[in-house]
Amino acid sequence: MTQPNAAGATRRQRYEAAQRRRAALIAATSTALVAAAIVTLVPMTPGWEKVQRSFFNYDTLVLTFPKLLEAFTINVMIFAWSAPAIAVLGLLIALARDTKSPALFPLRIFGAAFTDVFRGVPVILTVYLIGFGIPGLGLPRPWNSPYIWGSLALILTYSAYVAEIFRSGIDSVHHSQRAAALSLGLTERQVTRDVVLPQAIRNVVPAQMNMLIALQKDVSLLSFIGPVEVFRQAGVFKSLLADFTPYVGAAIIFLVVTVPATRYADYLMARQRRDRR
Amino acid sequence: MAKLKLRGVIKRFGDVTVCDGIDLDVAEGEMVCLIGASGGGKSTLLRCINLLEQIEDGAIFLDGEDVSVPGLDPQRVRSRIGMVFQSYNLFPHMTAIENAMLAPRRVRGLSRDALRPEIEALFTRFGLADRMEKYPDQLSGGQQQRVAIVRALAMKPEVMLFDEITSALDPQLVGEVLDVLLQLKSEGMTMLLATHEMEFARQAADKVCFLRDGKIIEEGPPAVVFGAPQRAETRAFLKRALK
Ligand SMILES: Nc1ncnc2c1ncn2[C@@H]1O[C@H](COP(=O)(O)OP(=O)(O)OP(=O)(O)O)[C@@H](O)[C@H]1O
Ligand SMILES: [Mg+2]
Repeated sequence: MTQPNAAGATRRQRYEAAQRRRAALIAATSTALVAAAIVTLVPMTPGWEKVQRSFFNYDTLVLTFPKLLEAFTINVMIFAWSAPAIAVLGLLIALARDTKSPALFPLRIFGAAFTDVFRGVPVILTVYLIGFGIPGLGLPRPWNSPYIWGSLALILTYSAYVAEIFRSGIDSVHHSQRAAALSLGLTERQVTRDVVLPQAIRNVVPAQMNMLIALQKDVSLLSFIGPVEVFRQAGVFKSLLADFTPYVGAAIIFLVVTVPATRYADYLMARQRRDRR
Repeated sequence: MAKLKLRGVIKRFGDVTVCDGIDLDVAEGEMVCLIGASGGGKSTLLRCINLLEQIEDGAIFLDGEDVSVPGLDPQRVRSRIGMVFQSYNLFPHMTAIENAMLAPRRVRGLSRDALRPEIEALFTRFGLADRMEKYPDQLSGGQQQRVAIVRALAMKPEVMLFDEITSALDPQLVGEVLDVLLQLKSEGMTMLLATHEMEFARQAADKVCFLRDGKIIEEGPPAVVFGAPQRAETRAFLKRALK
């Protein structure tokens, strides 16, 4: 057995260890140089003092951060009820689009039209049209709430994308799986439910994770039709204090949530690629 | 009466006629081997019998009942005919025993608990008792293929179709799968198999059919087909295959 320590290492292992040390040293040096350049050069720009005062004001951050966090719970809430609805609706649309039953043909057309429309319109426009349009019908409380219709706009848009991802997952299951299941006497429905969908869903988990991350950010679009979530709350503070720091605070909150999630999705992607070899 | 009877079966893919008037009888408890060069239509014929493909013309009788009538409920027929594929096609998201229990649960409407004794007995019968809780990717090719056979047997089929079930296996694993076929034969299973294992067909088959361009151009007991083939095409094929 060859051990990767210096004494028992093979010639190749010693060579590769040296290469790795060299690469690490170069990476560290170049990173340090770039960081030093930014730290020394940026403060030399003429506007830096002003930017620092209005974007990176520590006192403002401390003052506003608790309120921003509180407002972020609204983002979390809207996310929490929209995401499951998107998963269910997306899957139903995917299944509707792939149905072969002639009785369900209208559903198939509807599914296709649905994905075309909601993928073709900018999210913010859908949010505006549904979020202002439907309450504009003069519905009684609570049915005029922008939370409901704003969430619906997100649900519809994201379902369209999520459905397409589910469909690509269904396509990725080899047709021989379907043949094997049919040969056992299962019905088409049973084959889809028990054999195809479990594999299809597993195949698209990383891609759907990325949709969830995008959704978490797009919840902020609802601020344009009313709900005071974190972006809107930051805006309120900005007007109040004439200071952009709350926006930076909001960005930090988003990053704390989305960076680990993105890393995790990337990890799942990489693992899946490796498993497929 | 033949358990499985084919008369004038024709299958086309577009302009290509893949099965060109096939007549075939498989008697109860008989093992029939389909041999022939690649592309001769062996797989397609087996898929037609299991109604995975719809035939253009002719008829397929199971116990005298025409099961190839267009519009007939294919599930009922398929649950009486088991099929095993070259590439195993186990469901990768289920353990071996879950693979075997899925169809009986759904089609025969039995619970896992009710099924467990009989399915476990099947795994034990084929030397797989210690592999039941494994996922397909934790099994060797030979084990996967044996699990696929068990999965088909779990539906208590009357006829079994095997499509080159050893072709994807490493040579040293072929034997354990062929042994399963011999075991099934000794238990009286009616079997139709497409195979490139000429030695196996010669020793184990009751009848051998040579398929070429969608037609059975020669058939008979293995001693005759292998020992004294009548047709020049058969001789040429065997000369290549037995080398
Ligand atoms: N779904 C399909 N669509 C079109 N052509 C097909 C289809 N399936 C099979 N064929 C064609 O039918 C012919 C017979 O194929 P088949 O797989 O039945 O042969 P085979 O005897 O099983 O060959 P092998 O020994 O390689 O398995 C081939 O020419 C093949 O290209
Ligand atoms: Mg074949």
